[in-house]
Formats: sequence, C-alpha cells, structure tokens
Amino acid sequence: MKSDPGLYGYNPYSGRPKITWPNGARVAFWVAPNIEFYELAPPPNPSRTPWGRPIPDVVAYSHRDYGNRVGHWRMMEVMDRCGVRGSISLSVALCQHHPEIIEACAERDWEFFSHGIYNTRYCYGMDEAQERAIIQDSIDTVKAATGQTISGWLAPALTHTERTMDLLADMGLKYTCDLFHDDQPQPVKVAKGRFCSVPYSLEMNDVIVYNSNQITPRRYADILKACFDQLWEEGGESGTVMCIPLHAFLVGQPHRIGPFAEALEYITGHKDVWVTTGREIAEHYLANHYDAAVAHIDALAKQGA
Amino acid sequence: MALPDDYLKYPMRRHGMDHDRYAWSMLPRRKPVEWPGGARVALWIVPTLEFFPLDQPAKPFKAPGGMVTPYPDLRHYTLRDYGNRVGAFRVFRVLDELGLKASVCFNSAVAERYPTLVREVTGRGWEVMAGGVDMGKLHYGGLDEAAERAQVAQCLETLRRLSGQPVTGWMSPAKSESERTPELLAEAGIRYFCDWVNDDMPYDFVTGNGGLTAMPLSAELDDQAIIFGLHHSEDDFAEQVADAFDTLHNEAEHEGGRILALTIHPWMSGQPHRIRALRSALEYVTRRQGVWSATGAEILEAWRAQQ
Repeated sequence: MKSDPGLYGYNPYSGRPKITWPNGARVAFWVAPNIEFYELAPPPNPSRTPWGRPIPDVVAYSHRDYGNRVGHWRMMEVMDRCGVRGSISLSVALCQHHPEIIEACAERDWEFFSHGIYNTRYCYGMDEAQERAIIQDSIDTVKAATGQTISGWLAPALTHTERTMDLLADMGLKYTCDLFHDDQPQPVKVAKGRFCSVPYSLEMNDVIVYNSNQITPRRYADILKACFDQLWEEGGESGTVMCIPLHAFLVGQPHRIGPFAEALEYITGHKDVWVTTGREIAEHYLANHYDAAVAHIDALAKQGA
Repeated sequence: MALPDDYLKYPMRRHGMDHDRYAWSMLPRRKPVEWPGGARVALWIVPTLEFFPLDQPAKPFKAPGGMVTPYPDLRHYTLRDYGNRVGAFRVFRVLDELGLKASVCFNSAVAERYPTLVREVTGRGWEVMAGGVDMGKLHYGGLDEAAERAQVAQCLETLRRLSGQPVTGWMSPAKSESERTPELLAEAGIRYFCDWVNDDMPYDFVTGNGGLTAMPLSAELDDQAIIFGLHHSEDDFAEQVADAFDTLHNEAEHEGGRILALTIHPWMSGQPHRIRALRSALEYVTRRQGVWSATGAEILEAWRAQQ
C-alpha cells in the first residue's frame, strides 16, 4: 500500500494558469445523475457487503428501484425545464434492464459515462484482466445502446484499485470523477496518455447531503446556491467547475424535488454560466489547459513548492 | 488473489428486473387513475402501534427505535410504550378534529396487551392493518419457514379475532422480509402489503400463492425517518410533508390521482412538543381542494377497479 496515491502533484489554488471557458463563462456547470442498478442478490465480495440487512434487503433495494420507476422522470422534467443536459453516471447493465430510460436520455443528447456494471459489483480484489473486462464491457455496452463512446468514469460504488486510472487512460477514456481534490479540472498522472479529473463534488452529492449530513431538502437548495455563488465569483478570475451529482431515488422524492428545482432554476438563471457535460469540460480542458497545467505543476515541483 | 471468475458473470442481466416479483414499469407511462369524487390526492395515514420487547433480540438486527442500553433498557422500553399509552390518543384526536381516517398498523402484541386501542380504531370505522407480532419478531432472509408462518398466523389470528375485521393489509416490522414473506402473506389472506418502497402508486406483486398488491408507503416521508433518523426538526418534518403534497397535487393535475401516504409513530409524533407539527402538516393538506382521506383498503379497491 502507498501513503500517497501518486495521481497528481501539488497545485496551489493561487497563481495557476488561467482557465477560460467558452463564451467567457465563469463557471462550467454540469449535473451528473447516477442512474444505477442495484442487484437484489449480488455475489459476495470479500471486502464489502452489499446490503445492511440479510438478503433480501427489501427496503434498501426497493428504495433504489424507486429512482428508476418514479424519481428519474421527475428529475428529468426539472432538468428539461432548466435546459440542463445530464451527464449520466451509469450502471451500464441498465442498458439491458431499463432501455426505456437510456432512450429518453439519448433523445435529449445527454452524455453517458460508466459507473461500472452494477452498483453492487465492486472493484476491490479485481486483477488487471478483470478490471479491463469491466471497462471494455462499459465501452461496448454504451456504444451498442447509444452510439456514444464513453469518455468518463466514476468507479462503481466508488471502489478503486491502484491501477484504475492507468487502465482507464490506456483504454481511451479521458476523465475520472473519482478525485475530489479540486474545483478545477486537473491533470492525472497515468502510465500512458492524457487524462484528467473533472470536479464531481461529493459535498454537493445528494446522497452525502441528505443521508450522511442529514440535511433537509430546503437547506440542500441553500447549500447549492451558496456553492454556486462562490464559484461564480471566483470564476471571474479563472474558470471554475460546479457539479451536482444526483440520485433520482433521493432527489426525485415528492418532498425533495420542489426545493431542488428552485436551486437549479437559480443557477441556470445566471449569466456567464456554461451549462455543459463532463465530457465537454474534459475535452475543453485537455485541448486548451492541460499542457499549461502540467508545465506549471512540474515547475513548482522543481522549485520545491 | 483475484475475485472468482463468476464475479463478472451476470445471469440476471436482461430486460426488466433481476427477479420475477414484479414487472418493470415507469410511473409516467401508466394509465392515469381517478379517485372518487375527482380527488387529486388520496391521503393515506398509517399510525403504527408498536411493541418493543424489553428482551428484543439483537439478531439479525434490531428494528430502528429499539432497545439500546444493556438489559434492562427501561428508558427505550418506556419511551416506546408511551406511544401506546399517551401518544396514540393525541394523534387520534388530531385526526378526529380534522375529519381524517386512518389505517392503524398494529403489532399484534399491542392489540393483545391493550385491546382498548383496537376498540378505539374499530369504533371510528378505521382500518386495522397487520404489523407482525412485535418489533422483536422480524421477518428476514434465513428465517425458518415454519417459524415465519407461525408469526404471520399469530399476528393475523389475534388481530382478526380482536377487531372483527378481515385484516387484509400488512407491513412487516421494520419493513423487513424473508425470501418467502410474500408467499406466506398471500397464503394467509393478505391482499396488500407495503414493505417495498419503490413506487408512488400501487402495483401488482407476484407470489407463489397468488397475487398481492404492493401499496406505496414511503420509508422516507415518515416521522421516525425524518425526526429520529435524520434529526430534522418538527417544523422541518411538517414542511417536507407540505412539499411532498404540493408535488403530488401538481402532478395529479395531468397524470392522474396520486397518493400521499404518511406513516406516523405515536411514540414520536405523539409527544407534546411534536403533535403540533403533525397537526400543522395535516392542516396544510386538508385546506386544499381535491383531497380524499381514505384507508389503504379503500385506496386499493378504487385502484383495483381501474386496472
């Protein structure tokens, strides 16, 4: 085991090369719905038990299922109203289980990226061939279902190995959502290729806010607005990124969707916001800012920063 | 050591669900439902009357709200028993004053110990629902079939005898089930159950002993989940009920009747400082037009007639 993942160099927030977004936007804003499939009776993984109660864990399983049957459609309606295309963190087996959801999102030109096969299959303990197999499965499944080639990755249930980033880059992906160290995209050190992190905030993630931090739906809306206001202000100096990661089984509940819609209307009602997707942010960054960032970080390292 | 190869095999990767219990179905693509009188929202209130035994077993897990301290946990035992002695009467009074019905979900141990509560419910013409034997008698994966069948039978025999009602609705203690709970419920004459929280409307549920209807009773919009589980304030609870109602009421304008289902724990909402929040939430709902106060059995009947 390592004490530092070795994925990025230190890059202090002040003094960075300036990031510019299309049309002079201050904030690149993206919404990442996690569209997940949890299995009722997944095979055991020695590192993690899928459900808190003995199988069948009826409440936990059916709660997730609510997202696909009910919550997704409410969430999508709010995003349509605000002109937001989602960037879907997808359990790719959902292409088989619920192609109707995939079609509805593809019609809207939403982006699909991989969140593993199922959110009940963990990467812990996988060897390289197995991890490559789930990445290839993700590429092939999304391609067949939507015609899109995936660019991004959020590890299933946030389970990683030491080689995950190297394999993603080697297999042609462009960005990861698994690093929470910054409010701007950053270069990620991989064995081969150009690869970056796109901010995907756990602090704004509805699971963390509602469940871990036990925040009320109305206060979640206040938190989203406060986060946006700060990043919009700082974005006047150098472009920032705000992401709202969502789970329809939570935000799509009748007692939560109203306040969330208000926050999304507030954010998208601002000028100088690039309402975009994860892939578009990564591509813009890799094409325009990645090289300068690498040079800057290398120079800082040489100076002993 | 790598994971076994079958960790990357997915035998249930197919269209629909990864089991055969119910069909995959998207709420907005279903035929709209009409409630009696053209109501937009059916208001289904489910007070739960629970008995947490002092010797509540720790395995396979403790139902939330159960004993915490080393035995004898008089503190939590009596806090929960408060609901059956005092809290329920406060909750029922609020419902009476607002002219609302309820489906009261009994652990059969409560009915047996405090038959007064059964008479309070049947005397109002409300529905008696079955909530298992007590909060220590869970249904769970691995429970012996004969033991589980006996728990179902004990619960239903007691409630049917004491209430004189057919008792056709069920919610398992802590909404926990074994692999065969739905079969045992259907076999025992249950028509609807509400452990699965994947929908806002009823849907057909398959068992080896004939069909059941899964009724939508949220595990989220629930006083225990919000105030006890998430530590939100009483006012926050009332706001969340109001916000949920607004969503459903608006949706019903174009998508057909909806159901606002609300589980109330008298040991929680029946406390003196909390009862006003419940009243305020229900007043918000009842001030609006197009609300149909109904029992679970009535909602099921109206829904079933349109399928």
